[in-house]
Formats: sequence, structure tokens, C-alpha cells
Amino acid sequence: MRGCITLLGLLLAWQALVWSTGVPPYLLPAPGQVAITAWEAAPRLLAHGLVTATEIVLGFLLGGVLGLATALLLARFRLARRWLLPLLVLSQALPVFALAPLLVLWLGYGLASKVAMAVLIIFFPVTAAGYDGLRRTEPGWLDLAHTLGASRWTILWQLRLPAALPALASGLRIAAAVAPIGAVVGEWVGASRGLGFLMLQANGRMQVDLMFAALALLSLIALGFYFGVDRLLRRLVYWQPETLTSGGDRHDDNAF
Amino acid sequence: MNASLPPPGIHLRGVDLDRGGPLFRDLALDLDAGAWSCLLGASGVGKTSLLRLLAGLARPTRGEITASDGLALAGRVAYMAQQDLLLPWLSVLENVRLGPRLRGEGRRAREPEARAMLARVGLADHARRLPATLSGGERQRVALARTLLEERPVVLMDEPFAALDALTRHRLQALAAGLLVDRTVLLVTHDPLEALRLGHRVLVLTGQPASPDAPLLPPGQPPRAPDDPALTTLHRQLLAALGVAR
Repeated sequence: MRGCITLLGLLLAWQALVWSTGVPPYLLPAPGQVAITAWEAAPRLLAHGLVTATEIVLGFLLGGVLGLATALLLARFRLARRWLLPLLVLSQALPVFALAPLLVLWLGYGLASKVAMAVLIIFFPVTAAGYDGLRRTEPGWLDLAHTLGASRWTILWQLRLPAALPALASGLRIAAAVAPIGAVVGEWVGASRGLGFLMLQANGRMQVDLMFAALALLSLIALGFYFGVDRLLRRLVYWQPETLTSGGDRHDDNAF
Repeated sequence: MNASLPPPGIHLRGVDLDRGGPLFRDLALDLDAGAWSCLLGASGVGKTSLLRLLAGLARPTRGEITASDGLALAGRVAYMAQQDLLLPWLSVLENVRLGPRLRGEGRRAREPEARAMLARVGLADHARRLPATLSGGERQRVALARTLLEERPVVLMDEPFAALDALTRHRLQALAAGLLVDRTVLLVTHDPLEALRLGHRVLVLTGQPASPDAPLLPPGQPPRAPDDPALTTLHRQLLAALGVAR
């Protein structure tokens, strides 16, 4: 509801700007014009949107799994910490966008290069958040596990991993928010399908209204994806108290 | 298994430990078999370090820790800390079953026993709840049930009742004393009255490097009534040993 009001306000401001300044439609089309174009081009928009959405989802899944696996590797093996960690940090010093043309060259114009781009962007936040969570296990739990006779692997799987899930979830949320960037940048550099491709094409043909329509759809996809992932993560980390919602049932702390 | 053997006494001989400075030098300490020993001492004197040595969580620089029956101590010691250390993502029942779980004994291994332990600490109908929904006293009782399920002959407790209010603490002390009767127990505490209420022997650790004074032997069987007049004298004695002027 509040989102709708905000959206309506923005659209009104946009319309007012167009009316008051009289910008030509090929620079800034009115929202009504964009809506009409979106309606007319709906099949095309949706087809391209589906491609981009697929890239985002695949990139997120693959990047998430790879990031978690790397975090586990770092947590379990000292050797991995010593050799892999500096490499990972170094990899972040390179601008990922500069790699996009290379990826297209290596993996072609299709899905693979865009997914790879998204994976590259997602990978580091997931690894960093997961690793951080894995190494901050409550020391008391570890002592207890030792006296209970747990092996190092069991401690990693049954103690460190679940304890790291809240931190990992933060990393995955960031990943969900930036995954669309990876996909669209990949499409800009070289693609024959996808919303990024459509935008570039529309821009080249001065179809600014179509570009805005594509942008709106991309925003919708990104928002839907982020909130979907957020919901799933909340369910995954079911024991985390939600302290921002009002009226939680806090228990009397010391009743016997 | 271990549970069928009588609990052993524990002897520390010539133990050295350093933590920053020398914490123990040539420390000698005995825990009687099947009895509660309560350990008092000022903060930082090394009570928790001693407990960690006994639990196998730390190694002495020198010296040895032996059991009176000549068998190894490893695997026969249960440890209960001041925090309940319940895992927030596991149900109460699964928290009690943590030992079998972490040793990979199977998904439902020892579940009937775990339920029985929960019943003994009075939480039978809380089995499926998450720890976050329990009160502090209930959480510590779950930790007690988890400790009991291990059936270890030696139980080490590091101020397990310190964070509770007076009434809850009083009830939990009686509960623990009843459930851990006949085990070799070392209870570390800040509270002289708690030590007098629960201990067959009360030890005071003082100095740096730390060493125990001669043990106090309160009369009668624990748990004793806190208003027992015999305890009042001993209480004063303990406070003096701890350096509290009266």
C-alpha cells in the first residue's frame, strides 16, 4: 500500500516535470506514453524479461553455492585461508565490469556469459559473509561440543554452519540485490536477448519510451527477486528474533 | 559402560599452568569420589581455568591429572557452564539430545531417555519448543537435562546458577543436588552460601599462583537448609578466607 503511494507520487512528479518543462518525448516521455508503449510491446518485453530473470536466478544460485562452499573451505582448512583468502581479496580489486567483454569472448553471446558475470559479482559478498559467520561461533558452544566428543566435521556441519546462517543470509540478501547488475552488464556488452540488450537497442533507435518500459520491468523483476529471497531466508533462519516488528512476546526472563 | 562403574575420585599433582602470569605452580588438589566439592575464590584466581583443565579443554604446562580408578578421564567428564549454551535452532528435546547428535549416533538415538530427563527436570511438555521461548530458569534446567543424559560419572559445573534470581537458584540447587547425588561433582561458584548448601567439601582457592586452603567439611547431607545455624559460622569463616572483612 505504502509502496503504491510512493510510486504514484513519483509518477505524478514525473508527469508534472514533463508538462512544466515541455521536454520533447524523445528525451523524456510522459509516464502515460511509457505505459502505452509497454502495453503494445508487452510480448517482446516479457520474452526478454524472462531471459534476464533466468540469468539472475541461475547466477544467484550458482554464486550462492560457490560462495558458501568457499566459505566452508576457508573455515575448515588453514591452508585454504593462507592461500585462497589473499587471492579472493585481490580478485575484488579488479573491476568486474572490465571482465565482461572477456567473458563474452570466452563463453559466447548466450546465457553462460551473463550467468558467469552475475556469479562473479555475487560470489564475494556471500563468501565474506559466510566465512565471517563461520568463524564467530560462540566459544562456549565449541567447548561444549568438545566435551561431548564431537568430531571437527560434525562441529563444522552441526554447529558452525547453522550458527553462521544469519550472517550468511545477510550476504545472500546483498547478492540478491546486486545479481541483476551482473546480468544486465553482461547483456550490454554482448547479447542477442534480454532486457539489457533491449535497452541498448531502444537507446540506439531513440525509442526512449521503450527503454523506460524495459527499465520498469527490470525494476519489478529485481524487487520481486529480492523480496522473494528475503522471505525464504527469514524462513530458513526461523530462530532469529525479529526485533523490528512491534509487540513481540518477550518471556519473563527468570521465571522458574 | 562408564555409568556402571562407580565414579572415580580425581587427583591433581604438581600441576603448572600459565595464563599471562603463573596461574598454578605445583598445584595439588583432590576431589573425593562420589561427592560434591565446591570451589570458591576471587574473580581471576583460576577457578574456571582449573575446570577447563579437568574437562580436557586445556592442558597443564606440567603435572598430571588422574582418576582414582586408574582409567583415563577423557570421555567421562560432563561440563555445564554459566551460560546454558542451548542451540537456538534446535528444539528443547534436540538440545537435550545434543551429545548423541554430535557423535552421530542416529537421528532419534536416545530420544526416550532424553524425554525422561526432561520429565525429571519438570519440562516434559516443553520438548518441542525453541529455547528462545523459555525463561532463564527453564533454559538452565534444559542444560541440566542435557548434562544428565550423558551419564558421565564426573560432572563439572561453572557457576551454573549465577545468572538466576534467588528463588529460581534455590530450587535449581536442590534439583541438581538430587539428580547428581553419588557423582563426583566439582561446582565452581562465587557464592559461599551456595557452596555450603551443596558441598560435601568446600575448597577456597587463593593467592597467585593459586593454591587451595584446607577443605571445609559442612556437617550433614546436602542440600542443606540455608538457615542452618551451623552454616552461619562456616559462612563467616569462608568470607574471612576470601578476604572479606566483617
